[in-house]
Amino acid sequence: MRVPTQRIEVTLETLLESVDLAEDITLRVANAVGFDEEQGYRIGMSVREAVINAYTYGNNQDRARLIFLVFELLPAQMVIHVRDQGRGFRLEDVPDPLAEENLLKTSGRGLFLIRAFMDELDVTIPQSGGAEVIMTKRYPTARPSSPAGASKV
Amino acid sequence: MDLKATNRDIGSATVVDISGRITLGEGSAALRNLVRQLLDLGRKQIVLNLADVQYIDSSGIGELVSSFTTVKKEGGELKLLNLTKKIHDLLLITKLFTVFDVYTDEQKAVSSFTS
Repeated sequence: MRVPTQRIEVTLETLLESVDLAEDITLRVANAVGFDEEQGYRIGMSVREAVINAYTYGNNQDRARLIFLVFELLPAQMVIHVRDQGRGFRLEDVPDPLAEENLLKTSGRGLFLIRAFMDELDVTIPQSGGAEVIMTKRYPTARPSSPAGASKV
Repeated sequence: MDLKATNRDIGSATVVDISGRITLGEGSAALRNLVRQLLDLGRKQIVLNLADVQYIDSSGIGELVSSFTTVKKEGGELKLLNLTKKIHDLLLITKLFTVFDVYTDEQKAVSSFTS
């Protein structure tokens, strides 16, 4: 059964607390649309990492800037957008954390974890500026067909 | 839950029982301070018991790497004990499982130090 698209938008301040808040919201949404605990953990961590990037690198911890978190509940998949108000970056410019010379670096693993945990990952630079991390997770086959679950978020 | 840690000296080694989350912010900073304090006390054979660490993010992984290299630079060794499945999997996919010396038995971890 086809489920009408639903959209949830959250605007976050550039605060450390927003990282936990974004993850918590994500866990609730993931649970409501039928992801199990393990998948929820992976989706939650992916959003956490994207928001950490937005907080740290995109918005440079500048509280005057915002972080935009959007969940699109499509019929077959959930698409999550995390956009900051920084200068933007290109995915292909991000160093590979598995490369020998990067293995002992203390940062640079966030996008790698998102790629490992989600089905698709892309980064765009929207016209409005900043970086927009777009990640997709297909629903488990046993996803409830009614959107009612999402309304519990 | 924030990170909590208790130290136990066993011979020349120190086992640190950690619980909570090692994440961006306080958790990572607490681990950094803890390792720094041990080094300042001359405790350079460190075992981090992560059995009760429920969650770690990329910042926490980075802090583990930082601790590992900091201890090594000062002539010591840092080992990991009792990884949860989540941490085990994270270290596997980030290829760090082969970098760290990982144990499931505390006695073996403590007796593994070279000097």
